[in-house]
Amino acid sequence: MAETQKTMEPILAVRDLKVSFTTPDGDVDAVKGISLDVRPGETLAVVGESGSGKSQTMMGIMGLLAANGRVSGSAKYRGQEMVGLPPKALNEIRGAKITMIFQEPMTSLDPLYPVGKQIAEVIVHHRGGTRKEARPRVLELLKLVGIPEPERRIDSYPHEMSGGQRQRVMIAMALANEPDILIADEPTTALDVTIQAQILKLLRDLQKRFDMAIVLITHDLGIVRHFAERVVVMRRGEIVEQGGTAGIFENPQADYTRMLIEAEPHGRKAAPPDDAPIILEGRNVVVDYKIDGGFLKQRASTFRAVDNVSISLREGQTIGVVGESGSGKSTLGRALLRLIASKGAYRFGRTDISGLDRTGMRPLRRSMQLVFQDPYGSLSPRQTVGEIITEGLYVHEPQLSRADRDKRAIAALKEVGLDPAARNRYPHEFSGGQRQRIAIARAMILKPQAVILDEPTSALDRSVQGQVIELLRDLQSRYGLSYVFISHDLSVVRAMSDYVVVMKDGKIVEEGPTDAIFSAPREDYTKTLIGAAYNIGP
Amino acid sequence: MLAFVLRRLASAVPTLFIVVTISFFLMRFAPGGPFNLERPLPPATMENLMRAYQLDQPLWRQYLTYMGNAVTGDFGPSYIYKDNSVAELIGKGLPYSVELGFYALLLALVGGVIVGTIAALRQNSALDFAVMSVATIGVTVPNFVVGPVLTLIFAIMLAWLPAGGWGDGSLRFLILPMIALALPQLAVFARLTRGSMIEALRTDHIRTARAYGLPAKSVVVVHAMRGAMLPIVSYLAPCAAALLTGSAVVETIFTIPGVGRYFVLGAINRDYTLVMGTVVLIAIFVIVFNLLVDILYGLLDPRVRHD
Amino acid sequence: MTDAVVSPVPESEVKGRSLFQLAVMRFRRNRPAMAGSVMLVLIACFSFFGPFFISHSYDQVFSSYVTIPPSLEPRPGEDTLEEAMKGVAARARVELQSFSVEGETFTAVVTAENPIDPRTTRYFDRANEFDKTEVLSTEDEGRKLTLSGVVDREYFLFGTDTNGRDLMARVMLGGQISIAVGLLASLVSLGIGVVYGAISGYMGGRVDNVMMRFVEILYSLPFVFLVVVLVVFFGRSFVLIFIVIGAVEWLDMARIVRGQTLSLKRREFIGAAEALGLTDWQIIRRHVIPNTIGPVVIFVTVIVPKVILLESFLSFLGLGVQAPLTSWGSLIAEGANNIQSAPWLLVFPAIFFVVTLFSLNFVGDGLRDAFDPKDR
Repeated sequence: MAETQKTMEPILAVRDLKVSFTTPDGDVDAVKGISLDVRPGETLAVVGESGSGKSQTMMGIMGLLAANGRVSGSAKYRGQEMVGLPPKALNEIRGAKITMIFQEPMTSLDPLYPVGKQIAEVIVHHRGGTRKEARPRVLELLKLVGIPEPERRIDSYPHEMSGGQRQRVMIAMALANEPDILIADEPTTALDVTIQAQILKLLRDLQKRFDMAIVLITHDLGIVRHFAERVVVMRRGEIVEQGGTAGIFENPQADYTRMLIEAEPHGRKAAPPDDAPIILEGRNVVVDYKIDGGFLKQRASTFRAVDNVSISLREGQTIGVVGESGSGKSTLGRALLRLIASKGAYRFGRTDISGLDRTGMRPLRRSMQLVFQDPYGSLSPRQTVGEIITEGLYVHEPQLSRADRDKRAIAALKEVGLDPAARNRYPHEFSGGQRQRIAIARAMILKPQAVILDEPTSALDRSVQGQVIELLRDLQSRYGLSYVFISHDLSVVRAMSDYVVVMKDGKIVEEGPTDAIFSAPREDYTKTLIGAAYNIGP
Repeated sequence: MLAFVLRRLASAVPTLFIVVTISFFLMRFAPGGPFNLERPLPPATMENLMRAYQLDQPLWRQYLTYMGNAVTGDFGPSYIYKDNSVAELIGKGLPYSVELGFYALLLALVGGVIVGTIAALRQNSALDFAVMSVATIGVTVPNFVVGPVLTLIFAIMLAWLPAGGWGDGSLRFLILPMIALALPQLAVFARLTRGSMIEALRTDHIRTARAYGLPAKSVVVVHAMRGAMLPIVSYLAPCAAALLTGSAVVETIFTIPGVGRYFVLGAINRDYTLVMGTVVLIAIFVIVFNLLVDILYGLLDPRVRHD
Repeated sequence: MTDAVVSPVPESEVKGRSLFQLAVMRFRRNRPAMAGSVMLVLIACFSFFGPFFISHSYDQVFSSYVTIPPSLEPRPGEDTLEEAMKGVAARARVELQSFSVEGETFTAVVTAENPIDPRTTRYFDRANEFDKTEVLSTEDEGRKLTLSGVVDREYFLFGTDTNGRDLMARVMLGGQISIAVGLLASLVSLGIGVVYGAISGYMGGRVDNVMMRFVEILYSLPFVFLVVVLVVFFGRSFVLIFIVIGAVEWLDMARIVRGQTLSLKRREFIGAAEALGLTDWQIIRRHVIPNTIGPVVIFVTVIVPKVILLESFLSFLGLGVQAPLTSWGSLIAEGANNIQSAPWLLVFPAIFFVVTLFSLNFVGDGLRDAFDPKDR
């Protein structure tokens, strides 16, 4: 199939396309003259990290740039120039011949109208007729994308649906007018792994059925490898490399492509000796959240976020805690550090810390640290990097002079691979990966024994992710640290941890040594998780 | 829906009660009284007056009497307008205030939304800048400046419109006070609309609508406008309550026999019952309009629908 | 480790630019906001330093110049001088025989049937037009005097009010009081609001519930009523007026600070500070306060014009500062009452008032844009 298509005329031919944005600090070129073809019925992946211009390319072609954006060059759909086309003419193509689905299923649909009405609107606009006449077609589409009980769901509002269902509705809308090209902009990034797999499978099935081309914009090489026929690799607004998927993965030409592929987390961690002492332990941890019933309804209910979980971390060990959003894994991490109200018995080393209040915990804080997911939110925007990383010293080693603290800051920054000059700057001047290094430096400056890592790599690009993982492993082996590594990303967990705990709905579903869990999962849920991650993963 | 309305009305009762109680005692703790005139009354007359109006009784008894009467709709006699009860005064003045306020509200809302939408659609253009500068003047210039200036221009210099009074209630008499009353609110609506429209036009689902080739008109009217209306609807409640219960300033400038004046006159003259009457009136308007707006909000936004 | 490749620190300069410095830069680029700032400085200078440059004080009454329109020409004009002199002569019960003006001095010859008391010159000095009158020569056994003196020329660029006071001096005073009330009342509301809001937000739970419930009740009291009652209650002195306004205006501030504190409490860097073992007070001092200052400062620029408006509203209703002190609001009220006969009484204070509020608005908008987190 692929062979015949490759000789066909491209359905969308992009030539020397440029996108730039006017900002108060001057013009920013987001896309710097790229050329690519989309052929009928194929799946073309456009791969790149954040800021590579992969989304802006498509937005430019579709006339969807922000008000300060400009597009130039050429993009021909079946011979018709799209760049500079007046909106009216462009609207003949958009939504009918070329359709899009977006990353955020939560916000891509209008919250004020039922989903059926929104799909019908698109059909009516492009094909004429009334909304009533379009209703059977909408039902058929909802059935097609696997929405249960379409007759009822057709009148649901977006907020009454889950993220996965909303993305299905978006796909239904995209298929409504049987387009030639479907542009999927990170369609699964915001979804849990199990849902991700379902949505990708759905897209693949529908592609065959409608014989449409899919342009898949993604940062996830795992998806690309299993889903795309051809790949375009973008970096900083330019195409680095393009070609067949198999060729690119087996024999990448550009250094950048090679680095991207190698950035997939690899390596394994050996377990510490069985007799290594326990450093941090929580037995029968229970965390309840109160849910306010709203202003008038005073009936407050409780939600059990962590339900009777026991976990013990040994010296030098990394326990990976895996689960989808809402499984209680982050809450468990905070409970272990005694940062939130929780029930259960807790131990740090030989000390029983179950009954300690905030003051009692304070001297122990330096030995047990926390690194957060969001490197943007976890650094105070009004402090310099130096102030941020020495904050712990200020509490735990108040006798240090300013010069001493500065010395320690320099050492800590060097240790996490940052230029010591960074300490006079503010967090907003750094990239996501650099900020995460700053956050790690803040935790490490106290020389802790146990560190809870709460999704420390999830907000980062793959290549940066790999480096942060390297850094964490390096620090661990150097200082004999123990980690609790919380993540939804199984490939990272596999590379980082020697023991895995799988959580669902606040409970532990399954636990065991990493290799055992990954090679022979016992529970269905674990199997689904791993299957979802690795059917499409490496 | 009915249950929701009833629940809300029920929860308004304690609020009203607290407002009335606080107002009652605040008013009484202020020095002076309704009959402390510039030329002191003879003690005997004073005593008679105090007795006649039961002001000689202990405060708590006055309070209980007042509350008891108020529940039955009797807000007592006015101390200043001696021949009228407070209920009569308000009953007489309210229709004027409501009629004027209603027109002003209509003008402010419709004008403000149109102006704000135009500015939002032409964001950062010269038109946007011009329109919003005018709106800023509207917000910053109080109606006690706008009123006299309008009178100066249209009633005195051009002599197109009457300078004040209600006359026969025809539009000629209403135009100037209506504009003076509406202008600041119109400006607020315009700024609100512009802000929320710009925000609404940036949302992801507007991008979706555009990506699906929906025409600009439908994108703006169907998808952006409805979402952008939500903050405007929220502002509608306090605005409507304020406009419909009359403005002391505008009614004074244009000599309109509405209820707005009573409030200030009553407070200055310690006409306890009159002030309490207007406080209750305003509180009831605020509560009712908040309720109406909540219902409207539910109709506009399915996420907060009340069952 | 492969860091060197991907994470070099941004080069350029070593000293970083804080968010505050960036905001200042953005603010400087905002032309309307900068123009507004300049305007405000000019108006403040006019109000506070202006009185040192004009010869009239705000309570000086010129009975000869009641309700005269603004003019760039000095008063009295050449043509009206003789009229004025006749008036004075009549009051002194003497007859004016001749009158001439040369430059700044005048010469008048007056006669009477009886000898004229030289002290009559008082009558001439008493008039606003003439000064330093002295007797040059006495003839006819004192029945004819030749007087000479200085013509006292006064400038009333803004005209005078119905009491014959220089409107310019009054506008300056009004500006001082309006601006001072605006700033001081905003400070009062800032003080109450920040403390109340921060406590409510940081304590959370039941304390927060009760405190916010109280604010809600205050909100539902008709606001004008509160002010009027408080003003009537505390009297009408300058100090009390701004305290009263501040005491009423703090509600919004408390809400904003509470909201800020609540959302800060959820931010991860507060979580990180807790994990580091900082105490509550250290967290408030090092993280909460520095991060609430931005929105609070912006809100102050919103409150200042509101307070000025409120003060002028009170003055308009006759509840403002007492005469002979005045504020822009009182001046506007006076102007509105005399709009037919003396429109300048409305026009001048209204222009200053409106330009001030307008500028404050642009400055506020500019600050908001400069600190807008969406721009980051």
